[in-house]
Amino acid sequence: MIDSASLLAVLPELILTAGGLILLMVAAFGGDGTARIVNALSVLTLIVAGVALSSTIAHGPDAFDGLVRADAFSVYAKALIYGAAAVAILLAPRFFSTDSALRPEYPILILFAAIGMGMMVSAGDMLTLYVGLEMNSLASYVLASFMRQDGRSSEAGLKYFVLGSLASGILLYGISLLYGFTGSTAFDGIAVALGDGVGKGELFGLVFVLAGLAFKISAVPFHMWTPDVYEGAPTPVTTFFASAPKVAAMGLTVRVAIEALGPAGMDWQQIVIFVALASILFGAVAAIGQSNIKRLMAYSSINNVGFALIGLAAGTPAGVAATMSYMAIYVVMTIGAFACILQMRDADGKPVETIASLAGLSQSRKGLAAGFAIFMFSMAGIPPLFGFWAKFLVFDAAVASGLTALAAFGIAASVIGAFYYLKIIKTIYFDEPTGAYEAKGGAVENIVLTACAVVIVMGYLLNPLLDQASAAAAASLF
Amino acid sequence: MDGFPILSLMMAVPMAGAIACLFVGANSARWIALIATLVDFVLGMALWAQFDQSGSGAQWQFQEYAPIFGKFAWALGIDGIALMLIALTVFLMPICIGASWNAIQKRVGEYMAAFLFMEVLMIGVFTAQDLYLFYIMFEAGLIPMYLIIGIWGGADRIYASYKFFLYTLFGSVLMLIAMMWMVHEAGTTDIPVLMAYNFDPHIQTWLFLAFFASFAVKMPMWPVHTWLPDAHVQAPTAGSVILAGVLLKMGGYGFIRFSLPMFPEASAQLAPLVWGLSMVAVVYTSLVALVQSDMKKLIAYSSVAHMAIVTVGLFAFNQAGIEGAMMVMLGHGLVAGALFLCVGVIYDRLHTREIARYGGLSINMPRYAMLFLFFTMASVGLPGTSNFVGEFLSLMGIYQASSWVALICTTGIILGAAYMLYLYRRICYGEQVNADAAAMPDLSGREIWLLAPIAAVVLWMGVYPESFLKPMRPDIHALEARLAPAAPAGDSKIKMGAPKPAGEAHEGAHHEEAPAHGEAH
Repeated sequence: MIDSASLLAVLPELILTAGGLILLMVAAFGGDGTARIVNALSVLTLIVAGVALSSTIAHGPDAFDGLVRADAFSVYAKALIYGAAAVAILLAPRFFSTDSALRPEYPILILFAAIGMGMMVSAGDMLTLYVGLEMNSLASYVLASFMRQDGRSSEAGLKYFVLGSLASGILLYGISLLYGFTGSTAFDGIAVALGDGVGKGELFGLVFVLAGLAFKISAVPFHMWTPDVYEGAPTPVTTFFASAPKVAAMGLTVRVAIEALGPAGMDWQQIVIFVALASILFGAVAAIGQSNIKRLMAYSSINNVGFALIGLAAGTPAGVAATMSYMAIYVVMTIGAFACILQMRDADGKPVETIASLAGLSQSRKGLAAGFAIFMFSMAGIPPLFGFWAKFLVFDAAVASGLTALAAFGIAASVIGAFYYLKIIKTIYFDEPTGAYEAKGGAVENIVLTACAVVIVMGYLLNPLLDQASAAAAASLF
Repeated sequence: MDGFPILSLMMAVPMAGAIACLFVGANSARWIALIATLVDFVLGMALWAQFDQSGSGAQWQFQEYAPIFGKFAWALGIDGIALMLIALTVFLMPICIGASWNAIQKRVGEYMAAFLFMEVLMIGVFTAQDLYLFYIMFEAGLIPMYLIIGIWGGADRIYASYKFFLYTLFGSVLMLIAMMWMVHEAGTTDIPVLMAYNFDPHIQTWLFLAFFASFAVKMPMWPVHTWLPDAHVQAPTAGSVILAGVLLKMGGYGFIRFSLPMFPEASAQLAPLVWGLSMVAVVYTSLVALVQSDMKKLIAYSSVAHMAIVTVGLFAFNQAGIEGAMMVMLGHGLVAGALFLCVGVIYDRLHTREIARYGGLSINMPRYAMLFLFFTMASVGLPGTSNFVGEFLSLMGIYQASSWVALICTTGIILGAAYMLYLYRRICYGEQVNADAAAMPDLSGREIWLLAPIAAVVLWMGVYPESFLKPMRPDIHALEARLAPAAPAGDSKIKMGAPKPAGEAHEGAHHEEAPAHGEAH
């Protein structure tokens, strides 16, 4: 029997579902002409769902007999997810307007993805986890190939789908092993079973589950899909992929690692450390040779995921809080960077993606150039920009839990990463102008860019708030 | 001025100026920058005037504390050492702006903004009393300097800017890890508390090495100095001035503020390493400077040699050595800055740094030749100029710790005289072989106004160093007391109390007396 408290706990999902279905009908009967109004209403739905978040936490952490968790952690992650999804919708119209490819399916698909992501971060059971994950993934596959007539976009969708299915299979196999050896699919049930020692079968299950999750957060060695998908997908979709699903997948990974696999901490810690360092190093080194800015951002996201995982490797409440703070700051940086990338259009308004085309931008578009510089320095982790603080928190957590060598190695590798961010700044500020971009960007892009830049520059003033929120989120897992 | 946040104000003024410069035209940006730096200079002098130098007052003055950043705080405060370095900064900044008045013609607003932002960060480094706040200020300086070298630099500016950025960044990140460890161990980010905290001597070695990686690169010490000649040669004149004048001092300040008081045992244990590197630096970089054909490179290498005198002075573990190191830092900041300005003056006329393209300038540029000679002599360490005081005290200090190090480092003075006088001879004396160089006009009024104040202060520092030593003395005394239990035994076996023989000791006594005598008047 479903009680009302459980329904209240999933109120945001209910709102999103109802909103998504109604808008789908509007789109189906109203045709492509409704795109703009559906866009606006989708953002509104996300905002309402975001407001509804505050009601979820009041009714205790468990809903539907533990299948769903409504705690501070899920509220924190969902707030980020809904925000990023709304921005991804807002940024789209101008991009698609050139090919008149803006169709109402785009915001609706993002709404459905947001439901899936919400389920991922509030999952209390392996089955909820899987359903949420697939819901997000299916919407994402379609989004990646949203530009139907564009070969690269279709290729991206197909690649994403094939590799994503493989990862889902691996994940499901891991879940089945864990279920077989622990007798439960609930996170707390698995934790109880692992509490009396980790058997071989359980270990296998754990490894497969983590491998499947590593694919979703695009961590090395399961990152191969990322550059192709980021490059091929339409830029607003890439913006979306780089922000909201990253938070969801990272939140999910953290929750599984702490709540379900917590007692096996010693076993997954080594895996997480390896994945973190490999992602940092590979993301940094492979990005150096890139000439396409979206591909570069893909490697940058791999690199960033590595840093975020360092917080998880610490395995402490402080470490989890650091990872969640990292994701919050990372989302702002990434959206800001993509708001810049979306403005890379030649004089005819056609999008360009080569880094070389940025040459001398600082002389023609001062504001845009400054935006790029702020986000690139921030991603490189140079103070006083807020990106430094994200890295600071995860390394601080690692040092506090005795992983000083990991922190030292990771931070040294961040210098390699700094090189390719510097390369972009060099192209923008030091090189002579080659071709001109269109004279000014879209209003929405500029507003998003400015808002993100202000957060990145003045972010330290938000520290007390962010610390409190992420500490509360982390505390609800332990 | 009790409770008035003068330090915050000193950072707010250039910050406001920097933001304003981004939005105005070239000429307004120049004036805004000049006014902002002059206001800061006045504030700096007010700070000095208000600073309690008696030694009986609190060690940390003008403290501000606002815990607005969560894990760290906006905590500011200065002691005498920081005061002197702030004074150096605010003194050099208007001169830098003046030096760029005509030399910089493209993207003036951004240039001035970068310089003003740099000033904010430099003052921030010297005033920060919170470990993490210090790190943020220390690291953030990379951004404006990267842009200054990369946008307004010479032909190879991109390589130089990368090298500068990545070298110093790599040096610093390990320091951050060490800082985190220290904060977890001691439970505070407050620098004065950490300066009195006794870390486990075994861990100290690691912490020391992590900090050393950062400060040695910044200083720079041999063999991690190679970024400096590149950065100096490619940077615009004012960039070189600020790099040599203040940024290098951050390394020395780091040693004095962090390495020595926080890790005294490790400092003593690793002092031979520092001495060794410094000895190599003095001899090697002086010899390298001797064969340079590029003026800026020559002065850059001489900076490395001078900074080595600073490190030996610091690691002498006694009052004389540390006071000397501070005086060399201040003196070198002025003299190297002035020398880069002198190079800039003739570079602006002929657009080459090639020494061979000049010659005989004392004929057509007598005022320039006179001032250049003065700064050359100051760089050599002629008595009566700032560098003599510092070098003498440093070497006297290190003599007490290790006479061998003193012996080898003193050769640096001789080699310094060799390369500086050789440089001067080639530029100002001899035949006027190049017609275009012979036709260059003498210093303009603006250039005299840039160089004359530095010359006056160099002379002041050489004749009456007490003005500069007095604010620092109590702090250096406290540092010496902190280091005393760990300080290595010296090999010079100085017999205290015995009648002083003629020679070195006599000179030193004479020097200490002179200011006292002056004060009586």
